[in-house]
Amino acid sequence: MAERSFAKEVEKLRLGAGEEFAGEGILAITKALLQCGVGYVGGYQGAPISHLMDVLADAQDILGELGVHFEASASEATATAMLAASVHYPIRGAATFKSTVGTNVASDALANLASGGVTGGALIIVGEDYGEGSSIMQERSHAFAMKSQVWLLDPRPNLPSIVKAVEDGFELSEVSNTPVMLQVRIRCCHVHGHFIAKDNKRPPMSVADALSAPRRDTGRIVLPPASFLHEKEKVAKRWPAAVDFIKSRKINELFGPDHGSVGIVMQGGMYNSVIRALQRLGLADTYGDTDVPVYVLNAVYPLVDDEFLSFCEGKQAVLVVEEGQPNYIEQAFAAMLHKAGRGTKLVGKEHLPMAGEYTGQVMLDGIGSFLHANAPHLLPGEVRAPNKLGEGVDTADLINVVPGRPPGFCIGCPERPIFAATKLVEQELGKHHIASDIGCHLFSIMPPFELGATTMGYGLGPASASAFNSPDAKRRSISFVGDGGFWHNGLTSSIGNAVFNKNDGVIVIVDNFYSAATGGQDILSSRASNRTKSTKHPIDEAVKGMGVKWLRHIDRTYDVGKMRAALRDALTTEEKGPKVIVASSECMLNRQRREKPLVDKAIKGGERVVKPKFGVDEDICTGDHACMRLSGCPSLSVKSLDDPLRDDPVAAIDQNCVGCGNCGEVADAAVLCPSFYRADVVHNPGRWDRFLESARRAVIGLLQRRRESRRLMFADA
Amino acid sequence: MLDQTSPLRPKSGAHDDERVIKLAVLAVGGQGGGVLADWITDVAERNGYIAQSTSVAGVAQRTGATIYYIEMARDTGRLPVFALSPSQGDVDILIAAELMEAGRAIIRGFVTPERTTLITSSHRIAAVSEKIEPGDGRASSEKVHATAQAASKRFIAFDMEKIAAENGTMISASLLGALAGADALPFTRESYEQAIGAGGRGVKASLAAFGAACDRARGVVAAPAGEKAAEPADASPKPTAKVSGPETLLKGWQELAGRVAALPESPRDMAERGLKKVVDYQDIAYGREYLDRLDRAVALDDAARGYALSIAAAKHLANAMCYDDMIRVADLKTRSTRNKRVRKEVGVKDGSVLQVTEYFHPRIEEFCGTLPAGLGSYIESRPKLAAFLDRRINRGRHIRTDSFSGFAMLWFIGGLRRWRRRLLRHRIEVEHLERWYELALAHARDNYTLATEILNCRRLIKGYSDTHARAQSKFDRVLSALAMLKGREDAADWIRRLREAALKDEKGDMLDGALKTVATLGG
Repeated sequence: MAERSFAKEVEKLRLGAGEEFAGEGILAITKALLQCGVGYVGGYQGAPISHLMDVLADAQDILGELGVHFEASASEATATAMLAASVHYPIRGAATFKSTVGTNVASDALANLASGGVTGGALIIVGEDYGEGSSIMQERSHAFAMKSQVWLLDPRPNLPSIVKAVEDGFELSEVSNTPVMLQVRIRCCHVHGHFIAKDNKRPPMSVADALSAPRRDTGRIVLPPASFLHEKEKVAKRWPAAVDFIKSRKINELFGPDHGSVGIVMQGGMYNSVIRALQRLGLADTYGDTDVPVYVLNAVYPLVDDEFLSFCEGKQAVLVVEEGQPNYIEQAFAAMLHKAGRGTKLVGKEHLPMAGEYTGQVMLDGIGSFLHANAPHLLPGEVRAPNKLGEGVDTADLINVVPGRPPGFCIGCPERPIFAATKLVEQELGKHHIASDIGCHLFSIMPPFELGATTMGYGLGPASASAFNSPDAKRRSISFVGDGGFWHNGLTSSIGNAVFNKNDGVIVIVDNFYSAATGGQDILSSRASNRTKSTKHPIDEAVKGMGVKWLRHIDRTYDVGKMRAALRDALTTEEKGPKVIVASSECMLNRQRREKPLVDKAIKGGERVVKPKFGVDEDICTGDHACMRLSGCPSLSVKSLDDPLRDDPVAAIDQNCVGCGNCGEVADAAVLCPSFYRADVVHNPGRWDRFLESARRAVIGLLQRRRESRRLMFADA
Repeated sequence: MLDQTSPLRPKSGAHDDERVIKLAVLAVGGQGGGVLADWITDVAERNGYIAQSTSVAGVAQRTGATIYYIEMARDTGRLPVFALSPSQGDVDILIAAELMEAGRAIIRGFVTPERTTLITSSHRIAAVSEKIEPGDGRASSEKVHATAQAASKRFIAFDMEKIAAENGTMISASLLGALAGADALPFTRESYEQAIGAGGRGVKASLAAFGAACDRARGVVAAPAGEKAAEPADASPKPTAKVSGPETLLKGWQELAGRVAALPESPRDMAERGLKKVVDYQDIAYGREYLDRLDRAVALDDAARGYALSIAAAKHLANAMCYDDMIRVADLKTRSTRNKRVRKEVGVKDGSVLQVTEYFHPRIEEFCGTLPAGLGSYIESRPKLAAFLDRRINRGRHIRTDSFSGFAMLWFIGGLRRWRRRLLRHRIEVEHLERWYELALAHARDNYTLATEILNCRRLIKGYSDTHARAQSKFDRVLSALAMLKGREDAADWIRRLREAALKDEKGDMLDGALKTVATLGG
């Protein structure tokens, strides 16, 4: 089960023709798929397309009614390979994942799919995670479209446009026998908007129909001689068909006056930011009516030569707004102008930065600078020669004050004690080379833990430590991989590789019962029962099956002492070959979401419930903050005491504490201090609880009164 | 860069009606920023506006800084083109769910004096970097307050987290209340309340927090006394603490209190607090020792210097004399006042039962420290024996202080207080204290400020076990510089700088760097 329930959103998928859909961009795409008569959908979760997967997972009933097959794929490669169903059969299929991380994984399947081509429409929806807030390397999906020669749509970021792009995408794929990538940026996926729905369509041919009437065509299989013909077919047949479609269906859009001395060309996804810059320059109104001719590329690959050249007709200068690098589009347009012998000046990265996100300010500066240089007459006087309105506020001072706030482990996260234990074992045995992986556990690289030297890809943590395997080594490497990465491809690429190559390193598999970082989706080893998936396959068994001999299982990661002992053993044992520790505890975010309503209900219903919470005795805490250097829990913080005798703030635990136990265990394992206490509140205590309590309180009260009557008592002490 | 503040006129023919209102929310992941954005969008739509909200969800939400962005314009039948992220100098309303996030918004240029209404909760959520310093690593709230005032058109700040907590809900509700109360959007209070009502979950608590924050932002309700949050509690003299106890002890206390009353005014408050602390820690006689020691500093002091030396002595003597041993911890954990405090902090309601588990990890050092000095040092001087005993003692012990046996054990250890003066730890602590105090006072005549700084170095000693050992080592390393600084006018400054460096990181790397600098000063 995902961390959010989409029961409400699922109902939106049932909207019929003429009804208004209101919601997130990614859900609009989901609805559009059903409207297009999609036959099957697969994908791998990850921001910003997780919600597409989660909604479909919750919409099994609707999918069943329509005869649509949905699958939570094992990886992006799996999802893309799934599109093979559209090679011979006229079935529309869609795959979705995060880009460019997912696109990298999918590349093998993508290249094969693109070579043979498709009969049914094949749409790959890539959630582009680029720019601010991104958690991945900054690359472009555009390069993948170019190298595999699949078409790339980049629609304007509003709901009607992206819904239309889904419809266009399937058609384009079918007329050109080529898979189509639909790129949506992260804010577009999460944008709240509206569009008018159509009825959902049953796929004309379902996967069941296909299975009962199998087809094959050797000419579509990637093996010589067919594969040589595929390449020729791509340029001779499929490309012209795609260009024709884009042109005749007016996929790319023109706005603004028909004529002008300058113009702006942009990726569709950049449209709103370009218009905002023009609005701020006084050259466009609220609705996007602009004084500058603009050419919006809703299809960024392939480009349409004559469409572009005719846009340039009569223009002295054209600006290309293309986010990311290299600037493939600008280069292609420059070549077109050059070959056509045109005098129009083409500029792009001269006015806009080569790398980085095109934010509002970047766009305002870039377009402003382009217009200043090439069409100053268009600009209103106050923009051309602004009256300086004060200096603004000097924020230089503030920059040194405001602390950075990178993401980190949640309150009660079961991964925190794993890294606390690692830090403690390093205090004993010295620093080690640590290889990290993708997932929440990568937060270990940040303070307070600062553990981990590299991250090389999903499930590739141990693989990335494989070179560090030497008979001369005095220390072993430690590598981490999450359960998500383990099942994604870690089992073979990391564990299998380590067994086969007799790697002597230590591998920690962080098992939190979900693919947690992407929103808590179920995976093979999830403990929950899932109506449509097969879960509860232990990681231990898989690891043993791969041939690992040295295996330890920690079934409660909060036991820091035990975790540290396991690490110490793994790092010092005489045994050769990979040492694998599976550290299991449920993701606290998901656990709370699951348990909290149940606990609240039980308390209301009069059941006996024990609720733990941690606290700090502020008069025992000395304010050295050693506990925080082994935690970083948002719930454990500092507070000032109203006592002039004390200089430094003491530790304090706020009301959000979930009582995970890390504070007490760390204080114990690291021999920190006795300030922590765990308070278990027994709600609706039974008769025995109450009896014991009153007896204990009577005796304890007696002892307390005895001592306190013989000493001075200060009222505020 | 184009001038941010240029008016950037709307295209000719545009009505004021068609203006786009831009609102950004900066929050810390987990604060419910998404709920707030949904409410605001809903309010706008209820009022005949077209609204668009966006966010960057995903891993960024895991406790990190996040942004939600909303644009809205009156529905004229045509679809506006909205931007998907805020631009510098182009935000009408900025809501920050935590004070440093307001600071971040200002740094990022989202707050401009000509146009931005800045609404921020004044509470703090310390970032990891602020928490892990051994000293006080927290950022200055005053600086953000001051800059925010100057950087915004309107600045509304109060503790919205407190209002939310008091009403049993999340800060998103009180932030929405502040937005409504600020009247920064052309919508009625009722329409906000309808949006909350339509949400369906926890409506009553949300409405209560919303209402309280709305009234507060409107100025209907004044700030509760004592909420001038940012400033640390000042040392204004408090009425003498209420003391109770047996007659004889009270008499002893009166005598000591009389001695404090006779002290010069400046160090009096600190001395009274210190006296209370040491008497509470041990007994009346210990209080007398404290005042005897303090008198030596006062005798060397004078009013012209503001009694800085005496104040430092009053403070740090008390802390040094109340060293953290097992007896003190056991005593504090078994008091009736402690029980009451835990019940209050945890929020134990009537009819519920509280169970309290303590985490101890005694080592041979603590064990020997609690033995009579002769026996303790006998064991410590025999490594094999000490190691043998350590193997039996050194492990984590989880003790239930709500149970008979657990409580009784700690109560017994707390009772060892009577014999504390004869124990090994006491001997060690007294020696250490005397050495430090003599060292400071010896400097008092020729370098008064240096003497005061030496006293202040006591701040470095804190923590238990390894942390305590590291703290001791930092203390020694700082004072080791005295030899290098001999005769220098600025010796006091250097000692202060070294102490501050020592409080920056765990191992004292900054301190070692600073010591190297001192070494290069030359004699």
